[in-house]
Amino acid sequence: MKILVCVKQVPGSNNVEVDPVTGVLKRNGIQSKINPYDLYGIETALSIAETYGGTVESITMGPPQAKAVINETVCMGAERGTVLSDRKFAGADVLATAYTLSQGIKKCGEYDLIICGKQTTDGDTAQVGAEVAEYLGIPNVSNVLSVDAIKDGRIFLTASLDEKNVKMSVAMPCLISVDSDVNTPRLPSYKIKKCLTGEAVDVLTFDNFEDKDEKHYGLAGSATQVERIFPPEKNDQKKNVTGTKEEQTLEIFELLRSEKMI
Amino acid sequence: MYNKITPEDIAALRAIVGDGEVLSGDEINPDYAHDELGGIERMPEALVRVRTTEEVSAVMKHAFERCIPVTVRGSGTGLVGAAVPVEGGILLETTKMNKILELDKNTLTVKVQPGVLLMELAAFAEENDFMYPPDPGEKSATIGGNISTNAGGMRAVKYGVTRDYVRALTVVMPNGEILKLGATVAKNSSGYSLKDLIIGSEGTLAIITEAVLKLVPLPKVSTSLLVPFPDMKSAIESVPKIFASKVIPTAIEYMSRDTILFSEDYLGKKFPDTKNDAYILLTFDGNTDAQVEADMNTVAELCLEIGALDAYIVDTEERKKAVWSARGAFLEAIKASTTEMDECDVVVPVNKVDEFIKYTHTIADELGVRIPSFGHAGDGNLHVYICRDALSDEDWAATLEKCFELMYKKSEELGGLVSGEHGIGYAKKDYLKAQLGETPISIMKGIKRVFDEKNILNPGKICF
Repeated sequence: MKILVCVKQVPGSNNVEVDPVTGVLKRNGIQSKINPYDLYGIETALSIAETYGGTVESITMGPPQAKAVINETVCMGAERGTVLSDRKFAGADVLATAYTLSQGIKKCGEYDLIICGKQTTDGDTAQVGAEVAEYLGIPNVSNVLSVDAIKDGRIFLTASLDEKNVKMSVAMPCLISVDSDVNTPRLPSYKIKKCLTGEAVDVLTFDNFEDKDEKHYGLAGSATQVERIFPPEKNDQKKNVTGTKEEQTLEIFELLRSEKMI
Repeated sequence: MYNKITPEDIAALRAIVGDGEVLSGDEINPDYAHDELGGIERMPEALVRVRTTEEVSAVMKHAFERCIPVTVRGSGTGLVGAAVPVEGGILLETTKMNKILELDKNTLTVKVQPGVLLMELAAFAEENDFMYPPDPGEKSATIGGNISTNAGGMRAVKYGVTRDYVRALTVVMPNGEILKLGATVAKNSSGYSLKDLIIGSEGTLAIITEAVLKLVPLPKVSTSLLVPFPDMKSAIESVPKIFASKVIPTAIEYMSRDTILFSEDYLGKKFPDTKNDAYILLTFDGNTDAQVEADMNTVAELCLEIGALDAYIVDTEERKKAVWSARGAFLEAIKASTTEMDECDVVVPVNKVDEFIKYTHTIADELGVRIPSFGHAGDGNLHVYICRDALSDEDWAATLEKCFELMYKKSEELGGLVSGEHGIGYAKKDYLKAQLGETPISIMKGIKRVFDEKNILNPGKICF
């Protein structure tokens, strides 16, 4: 069984500045890291491979330095990975990103399962996984909580529908997006890291793809335009409640009710 | 010898701090009778919540005149009964003295009231691009409590302990007199260091009402390594070798698989790796990625050479949280795994840690009792827990006594001391006496008498 995991390089900190003129994230000088949600996907893939046999590979779209996140997946146990990198891919929205990934995946050979994280910490759209599946014409399940079994070419899953969980089986190949906190991702190994030679990372560009229509990629292939990017307002309001236990309970209850939390 | 608190005393105390801040009798929550582990309980006659140095002074003047014992309490997170009012009297709670008064960027100091919580100070320092290095596991302890026990914590390997960060103290003497000890200076050869006597005195000499603490610039980069070893012996033996490599990690903790599993149960959260029997967890900090990575690589290579199975990189916030939240929960997790427990907080030379841990395993086998442990492998301060599990009252008392006797004897034999950071309080007095002998104890008693002629401040603790 071959499992592909989609990953993304994101800013290493939440305190990212936005250029007020261009509305673009100031990535220079900011440390980057693998999207934390993707770690649950990698762990899911590696556990499946350990339990049922198989190999894990990773794929990302990004600038050349996104090789770092592929190397990180290798340090966690993936065999190898692919970076889709080309200036023509720049400025892609979710649709163009999903299309680019689907083109790249078609170049990665046969696969049985594609695993994505729930969303990314920089874009937060949670749409790329489902759209990649659409472009590849394969079944897709979001919010997967657990992989319960794999047999006879089908994967048995538990997925969250917010208020209810649903158990289902899906024919493979398929794509699943795993929920956050469904496992504890393993840590990258120094032993593997020190042996990295760069051979575990393939780079594919526009020229490697089947579809050579530039209008399908990057800004040109995007259905949506970002008007403005701004950091979310920080909410560091604090309120201390005092009084007897009963008074405090009542005050907290009223507060939660007035905020429509209960 | 002490006077009981009368309605007139209550009225006098209320006149000082306000009606709502003095509670007596049934009004006092029973939690005020104990700390988190000391094995001793006693309700105070009055609970007095203070807000200013002047209020503390006025309360002490009254208590001194009336000869009423006064015990100071912060968050009550102590583990040796130091904040338990064993003679009754007044329990003086400092949690409302919780203001961070001044950050002085020119002298790299911060002035705080004693009720500020460690986590609040740590967050405040970080927001201002500074670090307050002492880092005990109990983040909801007050700074006053940390100073009173000379708390250490995980970063002690590189940065030292609370004492190293206290520049000056404002204290109230048992008779109510207000003194300023130390100063916002880097050097001080001006007579006996009274400030240093107060640090670690567990509220027996004077009441801390303000502290000026030293900060350091916040290191820009921090990364941890979780290093699995096939057994505890090889894990702990790596520590002196790491020091010999001249890399000084910020923290070196050891943890056994058993303890990690308790923490998984307790937190309901899996640890990133539990395949191996023993782990050391190291942190490196510095100002550049290159420097931190070089240190980390040196230590990782060294560990692999001496038998580590790998070295896992803990480099992002999420990974640090997964690993360090488990480490932070060890005490509570072990507590939750048993019916009752008691703790031995010995400190031994770093090259004797392995021998001491092995000895605790021998005792556990011999006495048929479970003794999990974890601790600061990098500074020799161990937290060893004797678990009661299904033992009867009688067996538990006998086993505990035997365990403590053997362990403290062993630590002494290895050149260690009774407490690394939790203090002596009420629970460890006998072991301190047994280890130090007559003269040091009588000097301590003499110091106590000079500060507190009526013995009203936290009586029955440390050397009495």
